[in-house]
This record gives sequence, C-alpha cells and structure tokens, in this order.
Amino acid sequence: MANISEFSLTKLASGIKKKDFTSEEVTKSFINNSKKSKKLNTYITECFDDAIKSAKDFDKKKDYKGLLPGIPIAVKDLFCTKNIKTTAASKILHNFIPTYESTITNNLWSEGAFLLGKLNCDEFAMGSSNETSFYGNVINPFGNKLVPGGSSGGSASALAADLTPATIGTDTGGSIRQPASFTGTVGLKPTYGRCSRWGIVAFASSLDQAGPMTKNVADCALLLQAMSGYDPKDSTSVDIKVENYSSKLTDKVKGLRIGIPKEYRVDNMPSEIDKHWKKGVDYLKDAGAIIKNISLPHTKYALPAYYIVAPAEASSNLARYDGVKYGHRSKGNNLFEMYENTRSDGFGNEVKRRILIGTYVLSSGYYDAYYLKAQKVRQLIKNDFDKVFNDVDAILTPSTPSAAFKIGEKKDDPVSMYLNDIFTVPVNLAGLPAISVPAGYDKNNLPLGLQLIGKPFDEQTILNLSLAIEKSANFKRKINVWWK
Amino acid sequence: MSIDKDTVKHISKLARISLDEKKISSLSKDLSSIMKFIEKLNELNTDKVTPLTSIINTSLKSREDDVKDGKIRDQILKNSPEKNEEFFVVPKVVE
Repeated sequence: MANISEFSLTKLASGIKKKDFTSEEVTKSFINNSKKSKKLNTYITECFDDAIKSAKDFDKKKDYKGLLPGIPIAVKDLFCTKNIKTTAASKILHNFIPTYESTITNNLWSEGAFLLGKLNCDEFAMGSSNETSFYGNVINPFGNKLVPGGSSGGSASALAADLTPATIGTDTGGSIRQPASFTGTVGLKPTYGRCSRWGIVAFASSLDQAGPMTKNVADCALLLQAMSGYDPKDSTSVDIKVENYSSKLTDKVKGLRIGIPKEYRVDNMPSEIDKHWKKGVDYLKDAGAIIKNISLPHTKYALPAYYIVAPAEASSNLARYDGVKYGHRSKGNNLFEMYENTRSDGFGNEVKRRILIGTYVLSSGYYDAYYLKAQKVRQLIKNDFDKVFNDVDAILTPSTPSAAFKIGEKKDDPVSMYLNDIFTVPVNLAGLPAISVPAGYDKNNLPLGLQLIGKPFDEQTILNLSLAIEKSANFKRKINVWWK
Repeated sequence: MSIDKDTVKHISKLARISLDEKKISSLSKDLSSIMKFIEKLNELNTDKVTPLTSIINTSLKSREDDVKDGKIRDQILKNSPEKNEEFFVVPKVVE
C-alpha cells in the first residue's frame, strides 16, 4: 500500500482494527523507510525482525484490543527494554542489556503496540542538539546540516521522516518540546508524576518526565492516554484519574483565558519568532479565547537555577556508573584508578561538565550558596505560575527562541547551547504540563512551534488549545526527501 | 566565580573522573563560564524564601514492608563486566 507510513497513529490504529491493512503491512512499511534512511542516524538499535514477528502474531489474533492495536513504535534509548540493549547514547552503557522493562514501554505493549527499535538521543539526555551522543549526530530531515534538537533528537527525526508512527521521549528541560518544534511535530511533557519514571535511565529525578511525540494533536492525546497512570514502583507518580484525552479532545476553546507572559519577550529574539507568537495569539482569539497579559517575574532566573539543580541531581544519579555492576569498565591498578578510568573513558564531554558542576555545587561549603539558593528560586518560579493560574487557564509562548540551528554552531559554547531551553525550562522547574505544537515556518522554511503551558494535571486543556491552533494554522509538513 | 585548574582537579577527584592536563584547562574555561551564568541568582534576595522540597502536593503513599522480588542474583550479575560465580570482581582492595 502506498504511503502507509505517512498515516497518523490514529488512522493506523483504526485501519488495523477495521482490517483495512494488517499490522505486518504497517510494520514493513516503517521498516523499509527506516532502512532507506540511515543518513539521518536515528536508530541506535533496530529490532526489525522481532517487530515483524510481533506483527504476524498480532494479525493472527481473533479480536484486536487496546488503544494501539498492532502498532510498531520506536522509542528513545533511555527507556529500559527487557533483553534489548539500552545505552542512553553513552559509551558507559554501550553493552547494557536490561533484565526488566520500563513501566511506560510496558504500558504501550499492554495496549497492543510492540518495539520497532531504540532511538538516538543526547548522552544521558544532556543536550539540546543531539550532538552529545556516543553514537553520533542525528540529522534533521529538514536539512542535512541541521540539528534535530535534543535531547530526544532521534525520536523527533524518526517521527518527522515517517520512520515510526509515533514515539516517546523524555523531557528534563525541554527535551521533548524543543526537538518537536525543530521538526514540525507535536511533543508533550506531562505534569510531573503523571507518567511513571520507573525503568527510565535517570538524569535529574525531580525534573525528568516521559511524554508522547506524534504527528498531530489527536495522536498525542491517544498516546498520552496509553502512557499515563499511577505506578506503585515510582513513589513520585501520582494516583489521580487519567482522563480519556481522546474522547474529550475538542477545538472548542471559547471562553478559555490565555496568559501571554511579557517576560518571554527576551532580548535578541528574532522578530520572526515574535510574529509567529502573535499569530498564535490571533488563532486563539479567533477561536473565542480570552487573551490576558500576565507577568512571570522570575523567568530570567529559571535557566541559572536549572543549571544548578539538574547537574546536582545528575552528579548524584550518575555516581552509579562505576564499572562494577554493569556497563563499560576500563582497567586500573587499583579500585579507585579503575573507577576514575572507567568514568573518564565512558562519559562524553557534556556529561563530564555536568557531573563536575553538580559535584562542585554540592561540595562542602558551597551547598547553601548554590543548591539551596536554587531550590529557593525554584519556589519563587513555582509561586509565579501558581499566582497567574488564578486568572488564566493556560499560557501561550513560543517553544524555542529560534528554528533549528546548524550542526556545530553552538557546540563549543555550553552557555549558548543552554539558552535554547529558555522557554521550556521554567515548566520543568514548576512540574507543569506543556506541549509544543507546530504552527508555521520561518523565512528559511523551517518549522516553528508554539508552547502551551497548563495547570498541574490539566493536560486536556492544553491538548484542546493545541487542536484549535493546529486547525487554524493548517500546518502542512513540507519536507523535501533528500536522504534516501 | 571562576573555577581554576586546582578546583577542577579537586572536584574531578571527588567525582572519580580522571582528567589529563589538556582536559583540565578546557574544563576550567567551560565550568567558569557556566558558573558565571549561574551567578545571576545572586541578584535575587531569597533570605525569606523557603526552599522547594517537593514539586507535587501529595504525600507519599505508605505500603507494607513486604519483600516482593528477590532470588534474581543471576539477573543482577548478568551485566557485570567481571564476575566470579556469585560475586562481582574488582581490583584488589585489601592486601
């Protein structure tokens, strides 16, 4: 069948249910596409033979149950998958084969999906361009010299190039929303606690959250529903009802109050981004939403606070990689030398930088000056959001301060790379849900996303507003297939 | 605050990451620029602010203190770079 891999997740799920096509046909279509798309470097591990076997088994079933019947899905290589190598795109885990399955991937398989492969990302999800992976750069389908964003860059590229019908990523400071924006796809970071973190390679535990990445908003609602829910194995997952996001999805947003934060109009922001943001305001105004100017006064302190909290938690989480129990080991004349050589050889530059910053801010005599200070600032940022959510139902901002940038452009200046996450990081610090929805193109024909931030556990409202934007913007994918 | 080479050596020791001289100087430059960026927080008076301890307003659930797994020694040892029967093997620690 022609172009089956261009279908949305929703269309594939209903098509398989109605027997318009089989799971095997669908799976083979994505595999063929993936095999022809090696130039994008999206896969770390391909599970194509197993996927075909799972598809054939699925097609033999008498009745098709679940939200994702017979759907092959490739996932970010940060989710542990039983008996399938899980690397976090790091040399230190290049040979790690989990003996267990993450709760999130397990949830997908219980809904009828199966694994297509493991996708490239920044090493330990630390990066905004997918340039820190031990397995090499991922290329953005929108241009052979462009980054796909990060850290879920392999996920975003694979989705945009039709190599997987949908995918899941993780978002610690923007790692789902920024690559979604750079590739013209939809990406949602759920409220902290909405999705289980059990079995996900940890980066910064108080910020990490898994979420769906899809081709449109309806798919996003469907996949979020399949992933979400309380998990007794993650003590920070929250036991509250998961909505039926798909059936409640509507573009009727009349009367909803939308906040426009003045602090997000940052210095040196390209006028195109400002124009794009204003267009988003108009789309929602035309749909009957009420636009309100709001202030989030501590916004400018979000990134500096993040670059204390996230590395501090990372330095602690990554202490486990010592060459003893699993992963890479280097030789050493004694135990300490073995540890030091293993970690020096196994971690890449950005990971080393963050471990060292984290070690420094937590080290004796500096804790109050840095970590405690950052947690106080985090409280102020959360208070800002709590206050404005008395007056608005959601907040609209650009997803990123620019469209996709060139490979190598920001690689040598860590701080300029960090500035990419300026609009996404405050959301993680406050634990809120937020989505990036593609809404237009810049002058170079590169996609631009808009971000909607919601109240805690109110993913439904930001999905509905995104649907309204999706309809008004009438965003069409304009990818010239150069990589096959 | 700039992070000089001696500080880089000290924290890399704490973090158990060996570094050569060239790496130490490039890290000293990178970490200093990151710390300079972080120090923007000093403009803000936070004397009266309570630090955030939890991002979600729920209390942790309690559960029975039951052993629900166990007997997975083989699984745990499976990924070990070096093992001997039922033990992880590391370079000699005690003479």
